[in-house]
Amino acid sequence: MSLLEIENLSLTIGDTPILKGMELSVASGEVMGLVGESGSGKSMTALTLMRLLPHAARATGRVSFDGIDILAASEDQMCALRGADIGMVFQEPMTALNPVKTIGEQVAEGIRWHTKATRADAEERARKMLDRVGLPEAEFPLSRYPHQLSGGQRQRVVIAIACALKPKLLIADEPTTALDVVLQAQILDLLRDLVAESRMGLLLISHDLAVVTEMADRITIVRHGEVMEAGDTARTLSAQLHPYTRQLAQASMHVPERARPHGAGQGQPLLEVEGVTRDYPGRRVSLFSRAPDIRAVDGVSLSMAPGQSVALVGRSGCGKSTLARMILALDRPSSGTIRFRGETITGRSEAELKPARRDMQVVFQDPYGSFDPRQKVEKLVAEPLHVLEKKLSRAERREMVAHALHEVGLDQRDLDKYPHEFSGGQRQRLSIARAIITRPKLVVADEPVSALDVSIRAQILDLFAELNRKLGIAYLFITHDLTVARAISDEVLVMHDGKIVERGKTSEVLDHPRSEAARALVAAAPDLRIAIARRLREQG
Amino acid sequence: MTLHMDISEETLGGILAKAFRNSAFVAGFAITMLILAMAIVSYFWTPYDVTKLVIADKTQAPSLAHWFGTDHFGRDILSMTMVGARNSIAVALVAVGIGMGIGVPLGAFAAARGGLVDEALMRINDLVFAFPALLSAIMITATFGPGAVNAIIAIGIFNIPVFARVARAGALAIWPREFILAARAAGKNSTQITVEHVLPNIATLLLVQGTIQFALAILAEAGLSYLGLGAQPPMPSWGRMLFDAQTRMVVAPWMAIFPGMAIVITVLGLNLLGDGIADILDPKSRRRR
Amino acid sequence: MTAYLLKRLATAIATLVLASMVVFAVLEVLPGDPARLMLGMNAGADQVELLRDQMGLNAPLPWRYLHWAGGLLSLDFGRSYTYSVPVLDLVRERLAVSLPLALIALALSTIIAIPVGLFSAGRRGQAGDTLAMGVAQLGVAIPNFWFALMLIYVFAVWLRLVPAGGFPGWSAGVWPALKSLLLPAVALALPQAAILARVTRSALVEVLNEDYIRTARAKGLPYRAVLWRHALRNAMIPVLTILGLQFAFLLAGTIIIENVFYLPGLGRLVFQAITQRDLIVVESVVMLLVAAVIAVNLIVDLSYAIVDPRLRSRQ
Repeated sequence: MSLLEIENLSLTIGDTPILKGMELSVASGEVMGLVGESGSGKSMTALTLMRLLPHAARATGRVSFDGIDILAASEDQMCALRGADIGMVFQEPMTALNPVKTIGEQVAEGIRWHTKATRADAEERARKMLDRVGLPEAEFPLSRYPHQLSGGQRQRVVIAIACALKPKLLIADEPTTALDVVLQAQILDLLRDLVAESRMGLLLISHDLAVVTEMADRITIVRHGEVMEAGDTARTLSAQLHPYTRQLAQASMHVPERARPHGAGQGQPLLEVEGVTRDYPGRRVSLFSRAPDIRAVDGVSLSMAPGQSVALVGRSGCGKSTLARMILALDRPSSGTIRFRGETITGRSEAELKPARRDMQVVFQDPYGSFDPRQKVEKLVAEPLHVLEKKLSRAERREMVAHALHEVGLDQRDLDKYPHEFSGGQRQRLSIARAIITRPKLVVADEPVSALDVSIRAQILDLFAELNRKLGIAYLFITHDLTVARAISDEVLVMHDGKIVERGKTSEVLDHPRSEAARALVAAAPDLRIAIARRLREQG
Repeated sequence: MTLHMDISEETLGGILAKAFRNSAFVAGFAITMLILAMAIVSYFWTPYDVTKLVIADKTQAPSLAHWFGTDHFGRDILSMTMVGARNSIAVALVAVGIGMGIGVPLGAFAAARGGLVDEALMRINDLVFAFPALLSAIMITATFGPGAVNAIIAIGIFNIPVFARVARAGALAIWPREFILAARAAGKNSTQITVEHVLPNIATLLLVQGTIQFALAILAEAGLSYLGLGAQPPMPSWGRMLFDAQTRMVVAPWMAIFPGMAIVITVLGLNLLGDGIADILDPKSRRRR
Repeated sequence: MTAYLLKRLATAIATLVLASMVVFAVLEVLPGDPARLMLGMNAGADQVELLRDQMGLNAPLPWRYLHWAGGLLSLDFGRSYTYSVPVLDLVRERLAVSLPLALIALALSTIIAIPVGLFSAGRRGQAGDTLAMGVAQLGVAIPNFWFALMLIYVFAVWLRLVPAGGFPGWSAGVWPALKSLLLPAVALALPQAAILARVTRSALVEVLNEDYIRTARAKGLPYRAVLWRHALRNAMIPVLTILGLQFAFLLAGTIIIENVFYLPGLGRLVFQAITQRDLIVVESVVMLLVAAVIAVNLIVDLSYAIVDPRLRSRQ
């Protein structure tokens, strides 16, 4: 008899079906991985277990937890279960804690509520729990507020809240998606240890097949609210019997075909960065004094050849995005120079920058935020044409936009649509269309695929590779994801604490990292192939 | 599930369809149109002439001949209420126009520039906010003489910082977004970005604030004319009618009831309209339900 | 924390100084010569000139500003032209009416609004919420002086429970005095309470959508407990902001309401002084009201820091 059993669970919100005949079980001490792309209903499954669904939701079927019929339980019964027998960890640690209460209060609150313990007792238990999740008293007293903690530390607090009463079941909904790979590895280790210690069941929800493979004993793959395949993790993923399982696994490991770009790495450098430093003024500590400046980028030098594809990798906060912005002349270096096509672009006025802007475009991470929702595609994609010397007629402009859309695999009919009419992947195609419309020599792409589902991600990577081949565009990819770096780049730059600590051919750096920072990144990065192999080995 | 839905992403058709399913919007729109129609009709026709005093008919209770009764000079209250709407709407419209016309560019400029310009503008704003608006309006109208024009100026001046603040706050929320960064990477300067991207995206916000300020301006105008500082007799105004009613409450309560109701209904209509627009266009409020 | 406090304090003082300059400058351009007003139309030009000299009206502008501002600081507000008594005495006497009125109204509005806001947010979308917010919507639309007239009609004219206007003075006893402030306070408070209730509800509803509310629910706290323990404090910032703004509004509201009820308060004093061109009274009372608004805003800013720990560690 499993701890948690879900049978034939269906869920509708308003008139929209979310889950259709969902089946799932978790035993004590077992890690169950629930995998699916966005819209698969995996988060809604978790909220159904907690009965924290929106008002318009209607669930049918059977959910039994530890002998209790969850769907029929009263709200009082649910309150007694939540936090005591079922704990939950959420995706976004930055917003999951109440900003006006101390971490001590927030961890102790559940303990006091459920056990009627005195404040002192509850605080003592909270203290122990925080020690256990890796937040020792010396550095993290109970009186700390969430805003004084980093994202990884906050996620540890959320885990402490969820595990404070040693629940029988822990639900972790994308617990590491908002964290960088090194933090991800630490949090996953912590969860694994907690499960082993107290024999709780863990329902790990993730979009990342590699993460789930590393963690889960069994796996359930869902799509559009239906279970596609379920079973032992290693066997399911090595056999890949179900076509969707195969599709997911292949997309996760996809490497686009890339012909050696002709002339790459030769000739005049396209971009030269010399000793660039960027300081931000420190926080004001009193009326007359400030904390020392924060050095986001520290004496970085690099150069790129035309047509070359370079990945800039590093943990979050290492300064890679700041560097990208300075290269794009959207931010000014505190010192150092940046030359593009041999011309200095640092300290130039916006008017003087126009010729450089023509040859240098950008693709952002967020396909939702990077378009003005009030403008149509024609205007949005045409925006960079503004830097051309020649004034274009409306017909010419429309023609150029249509051509750019064609190049990224979109249709001419899309010209008059608004961005919200497109899916995430299509929007990223629009982003790329906007970037290539002026036929630039360099495209800087800041995490261009990290907000996309794996199958869409594979398609977008293919598109990048194709445009590199066809148009000879050089890429600077900013990414924290080594899989992406491996798939798309010739060279890798590893950045750590504002400095570039390692540079070399992609395969060399990723297979044989020399610097400590690079080694940490490579060790922490989840890799599906390796994870499956390890699982199979462990099971013999 | 998308995280970035701060801004409405809909077409006009969809918005209109949604508007007519929103009861607050429909009610607010209907009331506002009714009052507007009443004001316009009053230019061409009123049941009685509001400038003619008929002492024989003074302080008559509501009847079929005089639906809202008559005042102490025998004037028809319904007719006066209709003409009063004209005055209220005109004063409020121009005052809000002044506030928007000056406040929005100031706020958008402060947000685009940042730094000292922003700081200075916001300090001036604080200064204006330190003066209770009605008190200052009284000072202005008392200084330059009572009358509708001075009431407009007095109310208008105090709308400027309100719109400046709203426009600045809205613009500051738009500026860090990626599409602004994309526009900068495309070589657009801050004026172009403000006109092409920032203002269209805060238009909803300004529209909602506009209806709120319009309602407040109607209340303020009524207050000023109640104190005798707004439109001058014989031009009827709702506030003035209430002043005249005060000493006659015992004998002719209808003199107070109907103009007051006119103010309440107008302000209610505008507030409902504003709520409705905010509901329809702001996905955040939609998500709430 | 100290940096935040000092910055707010410096801003408040700067605003106050600027405000005093504005008040002084505006009143300088007011038409009407106070000396002539005091002496009447029949006085000769040389008599007027003499009095102007005595009143210091012929001194250079900056000097007169400093003299006036210095007077304000040492509580020497000068003498009223029309009442021929020290302005300070006048203000003190009138403040005894206006301050209790504004405070009662503010308290009344808060006591009504916050529970209603909590009630509505706790029953979001249910009949109780719809009803409460419908009433609030109506309340926002009612002009306070018209509401005052209706209250007078019902409670004074019809039911004869309270006086229709006037103020017996505190010397007549606390209860009669309070009784005559009751209707004016209600008339001031209810429309403000309607606004505050709406703000409270929407702030709570906004906060209830935050991720940390879900975290609290996942701990096993029932909905109502989450509302009180987690949502309310986070929703306080917009509520405090509106409370601060309402204080200014209540002060201005007293001008009209005191006129409706014939109360001898500051509002009525300043209104009469403006129409009678009693400049020195206008200057003093306006400065007093402005200083009160600035002080209340400062208190609101400081209470933000108490509510929100993030402000304490930021600049």
